[in-house]
Amino acid sequence: MSREASVLFDVPGPKARRRNLIIGVVGTLALAGFLVFVIMRFEDTGQFESAKWDPFQYTGVQQFIFDGLKATLKAFALAAVFSIVLGAFLAAGRLSDHKIVRWAATTFVTFFRAMPLLVLIFMLYLVPASQGWWKWEPMWPLVVGLTIYNGTVQAENIRAGILAVPKGQSEAAYALGMRKTQVMTMILVPQGIRTMLPTIISQIVVTLKDTSLGFLITYPELLAAAKLIGGYQDYHMPFIPVTIIVGAIYVAMCMILSAFATWLERRLRTSRKGKPIAVEPRAVAPALDGAGV
Amino acid sequence: MLEVIQDNWDLLRHGFVGTLKLTVVCGIASLLLGTLIAACRVSPVPPLRWFGAAYVNLFRNTPLTLIFFAVALGFPKLRFNFSFFQFAVIALSTYTAAFICEAIRSGINTVPIGQAEAARSLGMSFTQTLSQIVLPQAGRAAVPPIGSLLIAMVRNSAIASAFNTTELMGTSSTMIENGYKSLWVLVWIAIGYLIITLTMSALLAALEKKLAVVR
Repeated sequence: MSREASVLFDVPGPKARRRNLIIGVVGTLALAGFLVFVIMRFEDTGQFESAKWDPFQYTGVQQFIFDGLKATLKAFALAAVFSIVLGAFLAAGRLSDHKIVRWAATTFVTFFRAMPLLVLIFMLYLVPASQGWWKWEPMWPLVVGLTIYNGTVQAENIRAGILAVPKGQSEAAYALGMRKTQVMTMILVPQGIRTMLPTIISQIVVTLKDTSLGFLITYPELLAAAKLIGGYQDYHMPFIPVTIIVGAIYVAMCMILSAFATWLERRLRTSRKGKPIAVEPRAVAPALDGAGV
Repeated sequence: MLEVIQDNWDLLRHGFVGTLKLTVVCGIASLLLGTLIAACRVSPVPPLRWFGAAYVNLFRNTPLTLIFFAVALGFPKLRFNFSFFQFAVIALSTYTAAFICEAIRSGINTVPIGQAEAARSLGMSFTQTLSQIVLPQAGRAAVPPIGSLLIAMVRNSAIASAFNTTELMGTSSTMIENGYKSLWVLVWIAIGYLIITLTMSALLAALEKKLAVVR
């Protein structure tokens, strides 16, 4: 980003440049000092002892982390696909011409967006078993919970993308004698998808992050694997090392997806075939938004 | 259904107040931290800008559960000893601050550069430009997303229940252990959260209405 001109400050002159340099040096020193303090504390508590890091060379431990990663990715893949499908249905419902369908979809979206995802997942996890309705493995409450919550958010993303297509497009299509479904599938969705794709992918990153809630309902995913390895007496309880490793895996996965969303957004914006339409974020999202969190 | 709330009124109220306390403390902490990091991110000093960008990228791409996990279970191992409530505040506000920073930054980005240029050519000083022209407009644009982020924070605060913090979601395990039906326990807890989030969104809507200007 160009810093030559900004709303916040003028182009710095010689005095301001000197001052900025001083602030920069002092700020860097303060951060470095904090970092050194944390590293010293790691050293003091023996986090760098080789005994704590050796276990990660064992194939058994590696396999265990890998199994956790597989479980995380499995729940993520299922939830991501299902949530987009549900989102498409809900968006269609919210854009429907029938009042009842519209009302039902809106109620569903509003309700499940206002509720904490964790409460929803616990409901799906505890209630069917305790009421004697059915039994399922912990993966399914997680996947269904993530699907419902992220589906409602994806529905809003999809709806925003479709509403962002200029009205003239659908009017022209109707004037040509197209039916409602044809207008939607042949005119609105293909154009709207360019606006909605980056936000859909950002929400998929949230879905990936939220799979870690499975840890709280004993789904054996990455974080659960970390906790188990971290508490192992034989391995000198390498809790901090395993948290660093698992954290790096999570951050790397999410950053790759986020970078993909950013790249896609930029690519779609600079594409030669015309620009996607800017979404007015407040026009559609109700106050309960918080998407991307 | 009703006996859940009748028998456990004190417990539920205690949890509800805990969640409110967490909301207020984390809200203030994350607003302060978010503003500080946003100030770093838009500052003319490159190292501070890099720090801001690194912070936002790191925390936005980390699951909140992982942050809670690292803070609540990892900090004691590094001899950083705080209470469970303090752990929850640290985890929740460092995470939310990254999003608040971005909301503030994009609020500032919505102010057209001509506004600042016009102010400067009228002879306004740096402080005047910032406090009378730029920040009022940026703040107006940043209020709705910050409000949604704070509401999302309330929903996220339920994760603290798994790390021994006294709050609304945490009361469920006690009640279920005491033999109450998990269905109704969780329904009441969901209602408790809905009360907080819906009140907040009503307040937010009122605030937005008040701040709205005809352009």
